Amino acid sequence: MTLFDVAVIGGGPGGYTAALYAARAGLSVLVLEKLSPGGQLATTDVIDNYPGFPEGVGGFELAMNMKGQAERFGVQSKSAEVLSCSLTGEVKELSTKKETFRARTVVLAMGAYPRELGLPGERELRGKGVSYCATCDGMFYRGKTVAVVGGGDTAAADALYLSRLCEKVYLIHRRDTLRASRSYLPLLEQAGNVEFLWNTQVEELLCEGALSGVRLKNSLSNETRELSCAGVFVAVGSVPATELVRGQVELDPAGYVPADETTRTSLPGVFAIGDLRKKPLRQVVTAVADGAVAVHFIEEYLNG
Amino acid sequence: MEIVTLTKENFDQTLGGQQPVLVDFWASWCGPCRMFSPIVDEFAEDNEGKVIVGKVNVDEEPELAGRFHVMSIPTAILFRGGQPVGTLVGVQPKEKLEELLEN
Repeated sequence: MTLFDVAVIGGGPGGYTAALYAARAGLSVLVLEKLSPGGQLATTDVIDNYPGFPEGVGGFELAMNMKGQAERFGVQSKSAEVLSCSLTGEVKELSTKKETFRARTVVLAMGAYPRELGLPGERELRGKGVSYCATCDGMFYRGKTVAVVGGGDTAAADALYLSRLCEKVYLIHRRDTLRASRSYLPLLEQAGNVEFLWNTQVEELLCEGALSGVRLKNSLSNETRELSCAGVFVAVGSVPATELVRGQVELDPAGYVPADETTRTSLPGVFAIGDLRKKPLRQVVTAVADGAVAVHFIEEYLNG
Repeated sequence: MEIVTLTKENFDQTLGGQQPVLVDFWASWCGPCRMFSPIVDEFAEDNEGKVIVGKVNVDEEPELAGRFHVMSIPTAILFRGGQPVGTLVGVQPKEKLEELLEN
């Protein structure tokens, strides 16, 4: 059975950059991706803040380019989910449904997934009015009224995307200003069909079979009101996808891996990059940086 | 093996063969369809000789989409003997397509 120098769990921008750098350093590399290259990047319509693209670039297109680039230098990719792993020995083992892969080092690049609101009935309404991906599901709400919950970049981008498809978009945020990058605000205002509901939280999801609306509460006035809408797009942050390594790799209380800029984790030969690492800024560009830096320390580890 | 572009002209003929046929319903404006496409391609390659894989562009072939009540895309339907025997809606990992084929 092949012993890879590097196995990367996750084929997002971080994973494929680590793979690219490792391959170019002459190491044998395997990337294991359970669904689609890109991860969160794949469902992002346009990226305007990744340097090098004056007109912006499609998220999925960028992800596929990163994959192609890595494969050009000999990186192997497998479409499979790592279901269990053993990371503590000198030889690390990663098991999918069908096979077990062995590697001298492992890069944890599983990223993060959208946080839920935590409301009753939310899980049941997923796909029936509750969505965590505007670009995936926006089309089904063409011409309808929808709500986006959140105040960060994702919420702003989602609201903008939906404003072009939907009759009306309510952007519901618990604070009185967006956390999102300032460049979104004028675009949202110019859209004409985006209404901001500040200091507001969703208390209840209302449904008659499928979602019919939300009950909102204004935190300043304590007033509640019902808002009819066909869809609720949740964009209230993300959760690191680190359950796979819990118990082996040290995690902080929020589930992030407390690796610093070196990307080294509590386990020798295991490196954490991208959104699942404890860091001040989670963007494609910082995930990519982590991927490159990880390889520097992978080489140090392999030569040491 | 080539992935077959299915139209109302060649649909019944393609499904009339001995092998099962996996049909991927997609559209150009559908982000998840773009994500699903390489997964379907890999499935086709891995299972060459065991299954025929075809794609239906729902904008170009609305009758085919309507015939099988496809309302959400991507949708993958497995056909045996010309009859639909299993459906997957949304982007799926390759393993799920393989499970569909095995059952």
